[in-house]
Amino acid sequence: MITKKVNSVHEAIEGIDSGMTIMFGGFGLCGIPENTIAALVNTSISDLTCISNNAGVGDFGLGLLLQKKQIKKMISSYVGENAEFERQMLSGELEVELTPQGTLAERCRAAQAGIPAFFTPAGYGTEVAEGKEAREFNGKMHIMEEAFKADFSIVKAWKGDEAGNLIFKGTARNFNACMAGAGKITIAEVEELVPVGTLDPNQIHIPGIMVQRIFQGEKFEKRIEQRTVRARN
Amino acid sequence: MALSKEDIAKRIAKEVKDRYFVNLGIGIPTLVANYVREDIAVEFQSENGVLGMGPFPFEGEEDADVINAGKQTITTLAGSSFFDSAFSFGMIRSQKVDLTILGAMEVSENGDIANWKIPGKMVKGMGGAMDLVASAENIIVAMMHVNKAGESKILKRCTLPLTGVGCVKKVVTELAVLEVIKKGFKLLERAPGVSVEHIIASTEADLIIEGEIPEMSI
Repeated sequence: MITKKVNSVHEAIEGIDSGMTIMFGGFGLCGIPENTIAALVNTSISDLTCISNNAGVGDFGLGLLLQKKQIKKMISSYVGENAEFERQMLSGELEVELTPQGTLAERCRAAQAGIPAFFTPAGYGTEVAEGKEAREFNGKMHIMEEAFKADFSIVKAWKGDEAGNLIFKGTARNFNACMAGAGKITIAEVEELVPVGTLDPNQIHIPGIMVQRIFQGEKFEKRIEQRTVRARN
Repeated sequence: MALSKEDIAKRIAKEVKDRYFVNLGIGIPTLVANYVREDIAVEFQSENGVLGMGPFPFEGEEDADVINAGKQTITTLAGSSFFDSAFSFGMIRSQKVDLTILGAMEVSENGDIANWKIPGKMVKGMGGAMDLVASAENIIVAMMHVNKAGESKILKRCTLPLTGVGCVKKVVTELAVLEVIKKGFKLLERAPGVSVEHIIASTEADLIIEGEIPEMSI
């Protein structure tokens, strides 16, 4: 067994440097690698290009890195939950590339799968298509989108083992499963790191080959963005 | 009288047929789930990675790991499944999802839709809307007929940055049900008590009106 276990989040983020491009898993605040983000906030690393579907909220998730102005550029599909983000973007302090969500996911998956580019109908005829090659397939127009190139992928899983095998829970799988293995180095933080042999190979979502560093997060707040409930009756 | 948002959702719910897989956008579209007939089998897809979405959880049973695309806590039902974001948009692009219902800021008579950006004012992002409208075969827009400034959102040409081109099939507003056909917007139904003249006056685009226009049944 090739072990991927590192002993701390500090060991996990070794080598992350200013100016790098980093993928962060999660959808909204669901399934974000919160321990790794918190560790990055405590460094002086800056000028990051972050690939993440959302930008967190003001005081949690990537919002923390934004607050400290550690992010130079965001590549996201939806950033509506973060007022500080909108302020930095409209004032020009922050560079932003908005990309359709399915395209964002596929650009991660393409990187993970070793495919340099693909065609999608999403965004054809809109400003997203500007400057991109357009081509007709089966009577329908598509635009070419390229795979992401990232220095690090940082993902969060429910369970993992020392071999780096990952299992996600619920909708926290989201971009985490698409980003694992998509960057040059993948860091996985898990709620529970179990000994090898504990996880059923049939149930693994991401095989360990896609993960270079794995650790158990110290604390998971798992904040809920929109707590919606129904009455019991 | 103009319809409430709930009534718009109720009217759209009639478009949801047996054995449909449906994706609901944020806002009025989310309400549609509350009004779908109970004697038909329908599954709701949420693009963040769940098929077979159930109602909101009971208080105390919220799970931070089980949310919908609006980031709201939800539940699953018997037969539900979870998947990653790339897979989710795969099923959207390959047209496994039968019906997409979403909100809009503007719709034009050739079926263009704008709903993600007001230059210089508001930029929240397109989320999954561009992928959905580019691939879905059946797209219904749920929105108010006029904006807060009283201007028509049903236009000859969209003025805001587009989300998708030539894709909208139907629009349901508080005043009317419109179908997008080759020649433009065809008025299908009017809200109870709302006159055809009132709809024409509230609409910047030309309307195709053939014969008596029936009132919607809600």
